[in-house]
Amino acid sequence: MPDKIHTAPFRFAITWIFLAGLALAGAARAGVLAEDRADALYFHYDGGGVTISGPSVLVRKSIGEHVSVQGNYYIDMVSSASVDVETSASPYEDERKQGSFSVDFLHGNSTYSLGYVSSDESDYQAKTMFASVSHDMFGDLTTISFSYKNGKNDVFRNLKDPNTGVVANDPAFQEEMESKSYSVSLSQIITKNLVLAGQYEVITDEGWLNSPYRSVRFFIGSEDQGQQAEVYPNTRSSNATSIRAKYFLPYRAALDAMYRFYTDTWGIVGHTGELGYVHPLDTPWGGGNWIFETRVRYYTQSAADFYMDIFPRADFANFMARDKELATYSAVTAGVGATYEFKIQRFPWLSRAQLNLRYDYMMVNYDDFRDARFSLGSFGTLPEDPLAPGTEPLYELRANIIQFYISAFF
Amino acid sequence: MRTLRGLFVLAAFGLAASGCSSIEPWVKPYDRENLADPIMVFTRAPISQDFLDHVFESREGSRGATGGGGGGCGCN
Repeated sequence: MPDKIHTAPFRFAITWIFLAGLALAGAARAGVLAEDRADALYFHYDGGGVTISGPSVLVRKSIGEHVSVQGNYYIDMVSSASVDVETSASPYEDERKQGSFSVDFLHGNSTYSLGYVSSDESDYQAKTMFASVSHDMFGDLTTISFSYKNGKNDVFRNLKDPNTGVVANDPAFQEEMESKSYSVSLSQIITKNLVLAGQYEVITDEGWLNSPYRSVRFFIGSEDQGQQAEVYPNTRSSNATSIRAKYFLPYRAALDAMYRFYTDTWGIVGHTGELGYVHPLDTPWGGGNWIFETRVRYYTQSAADFYMDIFPRADFANFMARDKELATYSAVTAGVGATYEFKIQRFPWLSRAQLNLRYDYMMVNYDDFRDARFSLGSFGTLPEDPLAPGTEPLYELRANIIQFYISAFF
Repeated sequence: MRTLRGLFVLAAFGLAASGCSSIEPWVKPYDRENLADPIMVFTRAPISQDFLDHVFESREGSRGATGGGGGGCGCN
């Protein structure tokens, strides 16, 4: 059984540094609230048999000189026939709605934030509150921030009536999980062209942490296989440390780099690296200013301790998982984006507006998750020549991600 | 143990208070024009970055330290 990471010392340190940060508040110069803006986004994800699309709207508005409020509403419209769904269930559609609200209060060179996020889908309801404080110091060269998040989620299970086809929550199934996050981050101006930022975040989860639909598979003899429900630990604690850098190039462009190291009590070790380049055009074109961006992200992880693609037998261990998110794999995501920025003379209250288009392509190659459709078939229909379990090709996922959004600044 | 923790807190306070005034900012306000350029923010569009963070977190075992917020999800 995975041991719990002893997060108490980290939480103690972060809590007391948080209070020390509050005590430092009220020094000479003022910090700055985020810019007033409104954004409307349409996104579309298509990959691995899953399509997710929907709108997201965000509005941020300051009230006076010390308060800024932000609201966001977001809908995921999901249509899923993923490889897991194909081998153990039937295709489904669902909709997830999320609303969030936050308030920032600026006092001296400290900013205090409080927020609430609520999301609702047919079988999962999540409620998260978050609080943070950030403080500028050393002549505004350094910004230190602390944040705390607490989420309480209710997990349900959908059943489809075989006679009517109506999908409803199983009245015999309701579980809960709670998630807490403690984070400290530091942003430091190094030179007049370079800024660095580091973040450390501890997350602890407790409760029902797996999926009520997903199965694991196991050998029966040497050539057959069976399936049973996955079983997860009811706690998970993780540490993530990231460092980012942003560098201003002399011809007016920006280069950025990020690295994140992740470990948790489930045995997963993850490495994330990202490089980005932002290039604004020198001269206007087509009546507005153009900004181009390109980005490449590399991710790799090692599998959870209790993950296997196919277990040697039924009830092999206390904890068993076949979720590909917990497998060993590497992924590359590359993206390009274009922004067209313009002013509308008729609306002097509008400082500027932007049209943005972004495309990302994600490639995931799994090292220990096989495409079980070659042996189990798809939606209950066996393939003509099923492969022996454990000999299926390793699964690969390719996804297209498109975003189109309009931003207005006031 | 509690006494040690209390001493740690007081020491942290003292160090923080005494250290602030002795370090001069080495990048003067009049030299920060490039840093203030809109292309130099880490996240130019939070609405877009939040969506991408959600995509990655739904498909990866890693989470946290991305600078973003967010709520829960039954994204299976």
